[in-house]
Amino acid sequence: MADSGSAVRPLPVLHAPIGHDSAPRHVSGEALYIDDIPEPPGLLHIAVGQAARAHARVTKLDLSAVRAAPGVAAVLTPADVPGKNDISPFAGDDPLFAEGEVKFLGQALFCVAAETLPKARAAAARAVAEYEDLPPLLTADAAVAAGSFIEPTQTMKLGDARAAIAAAPRRVSGHLRVGGQEHFYLEGQVALVAPGEGQDLHVWTSTQHPTETQHILGRVLNLPDAAITVEVRRMGGGFGGKETQSVQWAAMAALAAKITRRPAKIRLDRDDDMVMTGKRHDFEIDWELGFDDEGRLHGAAFAFASRCGFSADLSHAINDRAMFHADNAYALQTAEIVSHRARTNTVSNTAFRGFGGPQGMMAIERALDAAALSLGRDPLDVRLANLYGVAGDVTPYGQTVTDSVAREIMTELAAGCDYRARRAAIAAWNDANDHLRRGIALTPVKFGISFTTTYLNQAGALVHVYTDGSIHLNHGGTEMGQGLNIKVAQVAADAFQVPLAAVKITSTRTDKVPNTSATAASSGSDLNGMAALDACEQIKARLSAWAKTNYGHEAVFTPEGVRVGAELMSFRDFVHEAYVARVSLSAAGFYKTPDIHYDRVNHKGRPFYYYAYGAACSEVAIDTLTGESKVTRVDILHDVGRSLNPAIDLGQIEGGFIQGMGWLTTEELVFDDAGRLRTHAPSTYKIPTAGDRPDIFNVAIWAAGENRENTIHRSKAVGEPPLMLAISVFSALTDAVASVGGHQVMPNLDAPATPERILAACDDVRRRAGA
Amino acid sequence: MGRPIRFVLNGAAHELPADTDPTLTVLNWLRYHRRLTGTKEGCAEGDCGACTVVVSDLADGVVRHRAVNACILFAPMLDGRAITTVEGLGREGALSPVQQAMVDTHASQCGFCTPGFVMSLEALRRAGGPTDADSLKDALAGNLCRCTGYGPILAAGQAMGATEGDDGALRAALAAIRPTEMLTLEHEGRRFFAPRSADELAGVLEANPGATVLAGGTDVGLWVTKQHRVLETIVSLNDCADLKAVDDLGGAIRIGAGTRYADAHPALAALHPEFGELLRRLGGLQVRNLGTVCGNIANGSPIGDMPPALIAAGATLVLRKGSARRELPLETFFLAYGKQDRAPGEFVEAVIVPKPAAGRIFKIAKLSKRFDQDISAVCLGLSVGLDGDRVTDARIAFGGMAATPKRAAACEAALIGQPWTAETVETAVARLGEDFAPITDMRASADYRLEAAKNLIRRAFRESTGAERLRDLAAVTHG
Repeated sequence: MADSGSAVRPLPVLHAPIGHDSAPRHVSGEALYIDDIPEPPGLLHIAVGQAARAHARVTKLDLSAVRAAPGVAAVLTPADVPGKNDISPFAGDDPLFAEGEVKFLGQALFCVAAETLPKARAAAARAVAEYEDLPPLLTADAAVAAGSFIEPTQTMKLGDARAAIAAAPRRVSGHLRVGGQEHFYLEGQVALVAPGEGQDLHVWTSTQHPTETQHILGRVLNLPDAAITVEVRRMGGGFGGKETQSVQWAAMAALAAKITRRPAKIRLDRDDDMVMTGKRHDFEIDWELGFDDEGRLHGAAFAFASRCGFSADLSHAINDRAMFHADNAYALQTAEIVSHRARTNTVSNTAFRGFGGPQGMMAIERALDAAALSLGRDPLDVRLANLYGVAGDVTPYGQTVTDSVAREIMTELAAGCDYRARRAAIAAWNDANDHLRRGIALTPVKFGISFTTTYLNQAGALVHVYTDGSIHLNHGGTEMGQGLNIKVAQVAADAFQVPLAAVKITSTRTDKVPNTSATAASSGSDLNGMAALDACEQIKARLSAWAKTNYGHEAVFTPEGVRVGAELMSFRDFVHEAYVARVSLSAAGFYKTPDIHYDRVNHKGRPFYYYAYGAACSEVAIDTLTGESKVTRVDILHDVGRSLNPAIDLGQIEGGFIQGMGWLTTEELVFDDAGRLRTHAPSTYKIPTAGDRPDIFNVAIWAAGENRENTIHRSKAVGEPPLMLAISVFSALTDAVASVGGHQVMPNLDAPATPERILAACDDVRRRAGA
Repeated sequence: MGRPIRFVLNGAAHELPADTDPTLTVLNWLRYHRRLTGTKEGCAEGDCGACTVVVSDLADGVVRHRAVNACILFAPMLDGRAITTVEGLGREGALSPVQQAMVDTHASQCGFCTPGFVMSLEALRRAGGPTDADSLKDALAGNLCRCTGYGPILAAGQAMGATEGDDGALRAALAAIRPTEMLTLEHEGRRFFAPRSADELAGVLEANPGATVLAGGTDVGLWVTKQHRVLETIVSLNDCADLKAVDDLGGAIRIGAGTRYADAHPALAALHPEFGELLRRLGGLQVRNLGTVCGNIANGSPIGDMPPALIAAGATLVLRKGSARRELPLETFFLAYGKQDRAPGEFVEAVIVPKPAAGRIFKIAKLSKRFDQDISAVCLGLSVGLDGDRVTDARIAFGGMAATPKRAAACEAALIGQPWTAETVETAVARLGEDFAPITDMRASADYRLEAAKNLIRRAFRESTGAERLRDLAAVTHG
């Protein structure tokens, strides 16, 4: 496989493997995160009082001892909220502070602002709360049984799947549980708010969504949006966990600052962060396939039930995306996809890299593994036979897939990693070994790119060219490590044909670019890159028009300088002259994704502008006596279109894969019968370490990649899709477990595949196979 | 009151007054007192490594550098030592070799964990750099990164080179502040003592029988950062030079109470390779650089990694009160959950570990959700003596199976006198249900614990007959 990261590209800035703009400051410790900003004098620190029950009426909340505690400046409750006691993105069901009834264990009841953080924590611990317990619904199954939902059950249909399955020569069905996932951004939730003149507030917060933070704070504080400025330089990781879940803490700090007229900071301790903020949804999945003797699908039926938690948050769209990706890369022919969105007495689950897509893909990949096993065929052959572009092109939501490159990528990967020979070698090895077993799987990813809520697909940027030729670049996207800022800077530098160093990357601020969407849905560089390009092109057009008037020639921007007719000027001299000629050197850019539309009532339309593709082959080994597992080799080929920055994109692919591998293997969220999260710190919640990285890990960008749509320089989004490459690990583990029963029975392996689950699946296979 | 805490911060001598809060963490001091904010808090429990700093000390004229977690390190533990933070690397605006290597390999994304990785690599570089790919992964197992998938960081570790030149300046700075008298602090009535010898320690503890004994602080630190407990009197044994030794007693080794896991690691690995792998997987390196073998015993945890293996090896514990010492078999130290056979004013002075005799079957096995830096769901220590194929004696101990580390008496009894065969093992593991009634918690269910415990003994048998191990498997080869 070629590594296009080292490929020679014609342009010096675009498509080049340029390092993260903040890298030197990251490694030197100079990069400032919110908690590193010098603390303003008089700063108050906030601690949150949490509910101790999963579902209860609060019969008494005595905060007198809290108020009397040393160093306390303010104790804030719903009564102190001047506006609406709600921090939900749209549903109106997510109070800043619970009032009357608590709906999950850990829900905020009040907060304390005190002179120091230890004093705030000590004061908060003095609250006296009494509860009258109500029956809690802790799991998706329990909520579905009780009819507790965040919205009515949704159904997506293509043809008559039930009839097609019933009429198919072969059928398989099963149930799969897929666990949730904690984001475990290394920087926990944090916000700092300083009061300004009048009612003004300046908010520094670690968020993927500055605009929504601004708007919700305005709603909570009863202030106009214009009074509130939200600023984000960088996050120490986001992964979706700071799209909505960051707002509550900023709102508490803002409320404290408004009431006390003092600056206020809130920084959640890791345990509090994990207890009080939402996670990836866990899913219960029923699936059924109808297919023929060649493994060609006739129809698929899925029923999803997800644990949304106590409020809606973004669960509507997340569960929609699970439905959108229940086909992954396959033409199902006919489909029925039912989605129950369970309202439970647990923390409100939220966006997490993939946004429901991973759970949907897990369903179809498990089903295809089962179909292949029932036929005694290589699962890769069954997968290849059903790909879009091979077996059909219409998705269950009616979009026609015109850009599928899954087959090309999968066949290239299979050849490059010796899939066939290794599968045979593994089968031979398993025949010769007893308690250690191996497995292998090669799975594709097709991920739809666009916010499925169509209006969110818009972005703005602000570009100033100063008279010394330096360029101030601002856009609505936020930097969480994904390299968005460097990519957009590359776009701007290329537009003006200036060195990258001439482009100054600046923090994201709601007073520079308003009304932005969250940096989410992998859309960051697609949207903001185009908006920045629009701003640059506006300025270039003005400059060129002025040059035409002044010199009789349009301006041509080249790496050597600005060429006007026969004359070559430095960019600096050129823009300075334009300034003197009173040409505006500042522009606000805008972009909206074309051609997309979606009818959510009928679940039909073209929600996605295009698809990103990839494939991974994973090889694993398991110990069938203990359930321990090890990923021994991974090969990845991933399509990022024409990469804006192969170094950044490789980082997203590798990092996303390992994060997905953690989700499906070591990362387990355990709630006890009282609804208390028992895995609320890294001592109990285990994300991958360096040692979990496979010893052989070959990652390549697909050299032939090019977006057929007119995206920013024909690149493709890369943030989320690689996470789902890790489904190959889960399929490989399933394959290894199946070997215990000679591939005669399908393992009932659920995710995450902890040692305990793998051992249980092995024992179950042994029993059922009579092995 | 006493003298100030004296240490070297990024090359310059520094003092903290004698009324410093004894449980002020080094992380909070750096970030909120000194405004050195490159060192980050990711978890405040020593599990993520974002707060990693390098602490150096002088022993026998040699400067040793260790990566440790500043989040659970109390400020007085810096006394007589040097601390280097990420701000202390690089010179005059230029990046250090580790920092430059991290930039060159694209090893940072969000950047929040990055200073911690830089410092872990810096400590490794000063120790001579990685010897192989596994040693590099081991050195970084205590640092979590959520963005990169670790590949570029490992590449940086391979590219960073080794330190050139000596530690002359630091050696001189450390020599200049070398303490001669016990550090004693008092802050709002709370006291801290750091005696400098075992005898002095024994005296201070007799005078303060209710004191919290502090060794590495990898457990006690969390009492402060997580449970927000107020510790009235702390007696630290970190400065008792005579408790840091690992002595070869001929048929056994004696590990002093102040011996850190990292320092005991070579001696224990030499005792038996199984101990080497157990220690490799115990915590991250930052934890092994602070925590002690004896602390893992003294805190009485039912899931400590050391006791089952040590019990299987037949270890004895040396307890001391004043000048009186007593020895007891390790397994008898654990009386009940949270209760050990230790009197007020008494302390664990050492553990004596016999060398497994040649021909014995000695196995250690640890089950956890993640291989590196995780806490056991089940941990087995097994030592079986054979005469021909007949079992002469058996010591089988488990962690995670009861309220204390505990021997499997019924299982052992079923082995003794029987031939070492699969049939005997089946008979023996069937009796584990008499020995244990494990609990269900977030690490594992009771059913899994009991079944896995049986299977660990079965696996030990298979391995004694030559079966392969999962961790040794590489990708399949073919053709």
